[in-house]
Amino acid sequence: MDQRPSTILRIAQPLKSLVQRFTYLGLIVAAFGLMLVGKIDTVIVDKMRGEVINVAAPILGALSRPIQTMSNMVDGANAAIDMRAENEKLREENARLLQWQTAARKLQADNVALSKLLQVVPEAQASYISARVIASARGTYGNSIVLNAGSTHGVRKGQAVLGDSGFIGRVADVSSHASRVLLLTDVSSRVPVMLESARARALLVGGNVNRPRLVFVTPGTRVTPSERIVTSGDGGAFPPGLPVGVVASVTDSTIEVQLFADYDRLEYVRIGDFGLDGLVDRHLPDKNE
Amino acid sequence: MNVAFWQRIDQSARSVTPFLISLALVLLSVVPLPLPGFAPVVPALAAMSVYHWAIYRPNLLPLSAVFAIGVLHDLLSGAPVGLSAVVFLSVYGIALTQRRFIAGKSFLIYWFGFAIIGFGAAIEGWLLASLWHLTLLNFRAVWFQYLVSVGSFPLIAWIFMKWQQALLIER
Repeated sequence: MDQRPSTILRIAQPLKSLVQRFTYLGLIVAAFGLMLVGKIDTVIVDKMRGEVINVAAPILGALSRPIQTMSNMVDGANAAIDMRAENEKLREENARLLQWQTAARKLQADNVALSKLLQVVPEAQASYISARVIASARGTYGNSIVLNAGSTHGVRKGQAVLGDSGFIGRVADVSSHASRVLLLTDVSSRVPVMLESARARALLVGGNVNRPRLVFVTPGTRVTPSERIVTSGDGGAFPPGLPVGVVASVTDSTIEVQLFADYDRLEYVRIGDFGLDGLVDRHLPDKNE
Repeated sequence: MNVAFWQRIDQSARSVTPFLISLALVLLSVVPLPLPGFAPVVPALAAMSVYHWAIYRPNLLPLSAVFAIGVLHDLLSGAPVGLSAVVFLSVYGIALTQRRFIAGKSFLIYWFGFAIIGFGAAIEGWLLASLWHLTLLNFRAVWFQYLVSVGSFPLIAWIFMKWQQALLIER
């Protein structure tokens, strides 16, 4: 009689561990399966991401608030400390910018007159949506940020996103109240750009490091450091002329670009609607969601 | 009866906290911190949680929960979906096999355990991500992230320990 419980135990114990072992293996296989699915069919995974960030958005929004407030306070304190030097610097910059303003006014007037003369087709008027960055994951495994604006606010997949000093990436997934932006530094980011003064085309390729690289530069172009890089508008996904960065270093094998936008301090960004249809996911049904 | 009912509710509420803490740490690890250069080396908070509970209370953090935490981490961070799930499950599995060498021993051994398992996890994640993207990703950031994780482990682990002592006393 007292033999029974131990018999059950003797059978149940290995059985339990066997089941556990199978669950473990099953889950590992499932995880690998998910990775494969993500590699083959990005649409399903993008949809999943959209749903999850939609649910997490309110929590992330609340979590990021106090941190941003604190950082603003620290910034305020720092600004108060070196106010004198800052003031001096701004005064100099202002003098320089006033000169530029005169030049820009003249160029604008010229541009308008010449455009009228040549009957240039006007570019579509751009409109912007501003959104707050509520999550950011930047590292070896991916570089993206999450914004607290989604399809209900007019955000659509493929739109260009601008930080305070330049182009930072494109909208990758959209859900109703949040969206994810693939940054230029992400390993899967490819953006057609051009060297501003040489007008040579190239492709800006991210590598999950701070500085993306330029590849497929128009043959015969001399690339020099500190040359400005802007979007070329090729492919119709982004408008031409959005500031991207400057050439940071040129070696035989790689050309690295220092981006204008400071990804460490992204707080609010603008999502631009340039009236472009582009080549991004034209055939996908979820575009008008 | 009523008291017993509330006790049961209380008990189960306490026992889901390891899972909830892990979820909170996943969310916390994607909150933007405006520190220059910090973003690529954010410590692997969720991995620490998985390691800790695998060592001390594996019954409170079942395999399915580890899987869910990993998938959520990937979905939020934009990493290939499934990558962290594989890494966390490996951490969990290996920690489970080494439990009796680590649990209840000195803090240093517990920390050292994380340093070794975390290193394996960092390499595994880097290899998988490189394979997924079919390109050799930068290992430097992985290495520094690992160092930051090991360095910040005592602080996070102390919170886990306190939590465990306060709420999850075995009855």
